[in-house]
Parts: sequence; structure tokens; C-alpha cells
Amino acid sequence: MSGYGDKSPFSETPSPETQGHDASSPDRQLPTRLVGKRVALFVTCLADLMRPSVARASLQLLEDAGCDVHVPQDQTCCGQPAYNSGDYPGAMGIAQQTIETFEPFDFVVAPSGSCAGMLKCHYPKLLAGEWRERAQALGERVFELTQFLQDVCVYTPTPSVKPAALTYHDSCAGLRELGVREQPRALLRNAGIEPRELDQRDVCCGFGGTFCAKMPAISAKMADDKLLEFSKTDNDLLVAGDLGCLLALAGRARRLGSDVEFRHVAEVLAGTADVPGIAHAESGQD
Amino acid sequence: MEQHSRDFLRRADEALAEPERAANRAALGLFMPLLRDQAVEAFDSQAFQGLRDQVEAIRRHSLDNLGHYLEQFIGQARENGNQVHLARDGDELNAIVLDICTQVEAQRVAKGKSMVTEETGLNAALEAADIKVRETDLGEYIIQEAGETPSHIVGPALHKPEAEIRELFLERHDLGERDLDSAAAMVAEARQVLREEFLAADVGVIGSNALIAENGYSMLVTNEGNGDLCANLPKTLIICTSIDRVLPRPEDAMAMLRLLVRSTTGQAVTCYTSFYSGPRREGDIDGPVETHFVLLDNRRTELLASDYREMLQCIRCGACLNHCPVYMSAGGHAYGWVYPGPMGSVLTPLLTSLDEAEALPHACTACGRCEEVCPANIPLPDLLRDLRAEAFAEGISARRWRFGIRLHSWLARHPTLYRQITRIAVRVMHRLGRDRGFIRYLPLAGGWLQARELPSPEGDSFLASYRKEHKS
Ligand code: SF4
Repeated sequence: MSGYGDKSPFSETPSPETQGHDASSPDRQLPTRLVGKRVALFVTCLADLMRPSVARASLQLLEDAGCDVHVPQDQTCCGQPAYNSGDYPGAMGIAQQTIETFEPFDFVVAPSGSCAGMLKCHYPKLLAGEWRERAQALGERVFELTQFLQDVCVYTPTPSVKPAALTYHDSCAGLRELGVREQPRALLRNAGIEPRELDQRDVCCGFGGTFCAKMPAISAKMADDKLLEFSKTDNDLLVAGDLGCLLALAGRARRLGSDVEFRHVAEVLAGTADVPGIAHAESGQD
Repeated sequence: MEQHSRDFLRRADEALAEPERAANRAALGLFMPLLRDQAVEAFDSQAFQGLRDQVEAIRRHSLDNLGHYLEQFIGQARENGNQVHLARDGDELNAIVLDICTQVEAQRVAKGKSMVTEETGLNAALEAADIKVRETDLGEYIIQEAGETPSHIVGPALHKPEAEIRELFLERHDLGERDLDSAAAMVAEARQVLREEFLAADVGVIGSNALIAENGYSMLVTNEGNGDLCANLPKTLIICTSIDRVLPRPEDAMAMLRLLVRSTTGQAVTCYTSFYSGPRREGDIDGPVETHFVLLDNRRTELLASDYREMLQCIRCGACLNHCPVYMSAGGHAYGWVYPGPMGSVLTPLLTSLDEAEALPHACTACGRCEEVCPANIPLPDLLRDLRAEAFAEGISARRWRFGIRLHSWLARHPTLYRQITRIAVRVMHRLGRDRGFIRYLPLAGGWLQARELPSPEGDSFLASYRKEHKS
């Protein structure tokens, strides 16, 4: 299965020419606060390892928005597994390394609310003294991808390939730590896609990082509740800004024998259509 | 109360396997947040936030000066004619209450809802001394009759669907043939049965929502009025609560009240808000002739001196339970002690032991919904994480997990090695899942794979392909 799946017809059939995105016009006016600024992409470990398409889409969106994007090679993981498991010393080491890696840049953008939230809200809690100050200073320049595109770049992506319908799922960290709620919806709407809403849109999907492996039955119940609500929105594409939620929900849906499609919002905004949805086989191997 | 927190996962599995109770919880999970949201909106969300900050400041101030206000409260309460006792732990509280009951030759005790006496296991202690205890809060009454424990700090019997309660009443109340086909009919029946109990009781035991230092009064909110009957009909009244309930002035209690009730049931005010000053005075036509306060510490002073002191700001509203998807999935009984949900997952390890309750701080996805609604502004997810950190540092958490997490952290701090190893791993995983797009079996991923498939990686890592592209 490829593209947006068999069940979600494209509003436009992708052709080799239109597949992907329309690059921003070269004369797009960059907001002054971005002129001459270096933007670092914090790929996040899940996008790096599990779904590079998300990283590629993020890079493309930022470049189309006119940013001078850099991908520091020494980035690894933001340290959430250690932090949330209570390994504070381990998490501190990772936090310091991440700060050193991203400090030289004017902005840090991550296609994940929870990783951006970790840098912005939790590093300052975790660290002390001079490191806390450095964490705070960096935190002010950290953004979640849709937040950055909408609020800082004031950029409207124009994907040439669009799904007919999708439902948007808010990740808890993005929503509560960063206040990301309207930005992804506005971006989608401006791109001509009206996102459908889940009833209980502020309720967690049960991923919770290591939580889902430690308490699988409870986590699965929460995922099932979310999937049930999703089914009520009457479409086959669930989109979110965090790969953690998406991988966990897709994994649960497959276990239940469901074939619905899961994608990161960056993929949709960038018009990524040549990659199958999460936990879908490559075309011809379905 | 006996503790079963070690069995959290097993008990949660049991709860998940009971379809009617699970459906009941799901309905509550929808309904309770809705009630609260409406109440907050009707009050004005911004003003509500202001009130939260105000009450938090009051609670902080009271706790910062707990010794002072406690002393003031005790002095005032004694002046009002009450006897005040301090109990270091649960056993001491039970012994004090038993002692009072023995002195007044009590045979029957009528109780209002009190989580503190659940904490100390007072009922069992009194019953062991052949004193008959009757819970009079409807929810407490139901679970007492059913031989169960509370599943919620405000609605102890919220776990029981209507049909279960009907069956219970038909079985337990010897009242002949009847339909009992509505909640109203069940409430009326419970009221009828309980009326006799109030009249027959020698001692009334109730809890407290706030102890007011300035005048020595105790404030209690209920919706059933049973607290007032427990307090006024028996000759002797015993108010059991914990030392952290103290507030400086009546207006502080009023501010807290506005917050508490909206957060709890979404009401603007409960049906009954009562202030108890002391025994019947000359000329009073009713009221108890003898009144006691028993104030429990049970590690709260320890808590006050710890990094978890914010937890003492809790006003026991239950909003964090009502908004917690883990609580709604696992059910209150899974937590295995008195206090469930987010507040219970913090309190239980602190009031019992982290060793005993190590599972509870993990029963959290850090979604932050509890913190968002907690009227006392308690950073519950942070406190839960800190408890996990304590368990991690002290080697209480599972060795396998600690090893895995340490290995991951170490690897993450060696970027070159990290890139090499993770790249191999994702390539292998990609091959494993190529046919279906997901992986069904993988060593070390047992927890994940128990309930879901593992989506397979796309192939190469992004950083590796980016490097390749930007070298050429
Ligand atoms: S922790 Fe907060 S939300 Fe939970 S019961 Fe206490 S005051 Fe209410």
C-alpha cells in the first residue's frame, strides 16, 4: 500500500511532476526574526530510526519556508526514556550533550511535541546551576514543527498531494507543555484540508513512552478508546504531530486487524505520498 | 487498611476483564470531566485560575506555618469545649477512638465518610472490640454491605453499576418483595434503613474538609446530610482528620470550598456545608454532649520536610482521578490501598513505602491532564517522576529495566557508536517487518508486543542517509 492508502482518495492524482510539494516561491518574504538565522532540525530518535520520512518532510517544509536549516550530526535522543524512567543522572548526561549540540543555533525545531517539550520544559527542571541557565536559554529557542511553521515562519505549506480527509490527534506534551493545538489545524486548513476532530481530543492515547511497555494492558485499553473514537470520525487517516503516539496506535490497530492509515502531520503538509503509512507494507508486498 | 499495591498490574487486568464495571468507568470518565468543565466555565475560567492560585498560596502558607496554626486551632477548639487528641499513626488514632468509645460504653458507631479512618482501618479495629460500625454515606454504606473497599476518594462506590447495587440491596435488606427499579428507589430504601442507625448510635464519627485555626471550627461538606446526623444525633461526636487540613481563617475555608466543590462534582455548592464548633451549650436543643478531635499525623510531618511537600496541598477533590485515563482504565481498586489515581500514586508510596508501592508511580503516561485540573496546583506528574527516580536510585525498580535504560542512556551519550548500532538495528528490523510493515516477534520488545505490533522502520536511518546525500 502506498500514498494515502486505497481508501482515502486523493483530491488530486499524484503525477511525477506534482508528486511531493510545491516549493515556496523564491521571493517569499522571510519574517525578520528569521533573516540570517540558523535553524537546527532536531530530528528526534524515532523519526531518525523508525520513520525518516518525517525527518525528510520536516527538513523540506523548513527549507520551503525559507529557513537556513542545519542537521547537527551528533544529535541522538532527547533523553525522555531515561528521564521518565527515573534515571536522572543518565538523563542529565544526555541533556547536557543535547544542549551543547544545539546551542550554536538560533532556533531548534523538532517534529515532536514531547521531544521539544523535553528540551524546553524539562531540561531546566532536571539540571542545576549554570547548566540550568543554559537549558533555559536554549529552551526559549526550541519549537515544535507546526508551531514554528505557523507562528514563527508564518508559512503556509501547499502540498500538491492531499488526502481527502483526516482526523487530527493531539499529543499530550505538545498540547499541555507547549500549547500546540491550533497551529497544526491552521496549517492543514490553509493547505485545504479540514481536519476532523476526536470527541475526547485532550485525552491521552496510552503511549506514554516506556509506560506502554510496562503496562501494556492499560495502555492498550487507552489506545482502543482512542481508536474507537477515531472510527467515529468516519475516515481512514489519523494524523498527529508525535511519532510515539502514531507508532503505538498503529501497532495496536494492526494487532486488532485494522488497516487504517497513520501519518505524521509533517508528511501530510509536505505532500509525502511515495511512502506507505506507518506499519503498512511497501506497495506490492501487502 | 490492608495493602495490595504490589499487585497493581494483576488487579488492573481483573478490572479490565469486567465488562460492566469497565463500561461504568468509561461513562464516568466522560461525565465527570464534563461536569467540572461546565462548572469552571460557569464560574469563569480565568477567575477560577485566579482562585486556584489564591488557594494554593493559602495552602502553602498554612503548611509553612503548620505548627503555629495547629497550635492555634487546638487552643481554640479546646476553648470551645472540645477534647483534642493527636495521633502519631493509624494505630494510635484507632486506639484513641476505641478508648473514647469504651469510656462512653458505646455499642454502636455511626460513621460519616472519612478517608483518614480508611487509612487507619478504624472499622476493623472497632469491630474487633465488638463495637458495631455503620457507614452512613451512601457510597460507603454500599461498599460496607458488599464487603468491598472504596474505589474513589469522593465516590467510594462509583465502581458499582446500578444493577449491582440493586442486587445487593435486595439481598441485604429484609424488606420483602419490591421492584427497586430506579436509583431514586434505592436511595429512598437506604435512607430508610440508615435512619434507624443514626438514632441507635452511641457515637458519631465524621471527617473534616478543613480545620479553621482562627475559631477552632471544623468544616464538612456533604451532599446527603448524613454527616450532620452523625454529628448531632449520637451523644458523642469524634471528628477524625489529619493535621494538614488546617487553614488560618474562615474566609480561607470559603475560598477552598468554592474550588473544592466545582472540582469534585461540578456543583457550585454541595447540599450541606456544616461547621462544627463543639459540644451542646446550655440552652441548645440538640447536639452532642461530648466532642473530640483526633488529628492524625501518619508521616505527614515527614512529608512536610521532604521534596514531596506540595502533595500536602491536596484538598481531596478527586478531580485528578476523574481526569486520569489510567485510573479510568485500571479502576480504583487496582491501586491496592486507600488513595487511588494520580494523588494516590504519589501518596501511597509516601504514606506506606516506596518498596511496597513501587508500581504506582509508573501508572502514568505523564499526559498532564491531572495537573491541568488539580485545584491545588500540585505538579502530580513531576512528583510521580521524582518517585520513580527515587526507586531507580535506590535499586527498587526492576533490575532489567534499570539495565536497559542505563544502556540506552550510555549509548545516547556516544553519538558515533549510537549511530552505528542503531543503524544496524533498524536495518535488521526493517527486514523483519518488510512483508507486513510491522514486526510480531522481537527479543527485548516483549512489553510492547504484548498488546500491539511493532511498526517496522523504513530502512536506513535519516542521519545516515542525510550524511550520504550531503557528502556527494
Ligand atoms: S491532587 Fe489535586 S486534583 Fe487530586 S484530589 Fe488532590 S487536590 Fe484534587
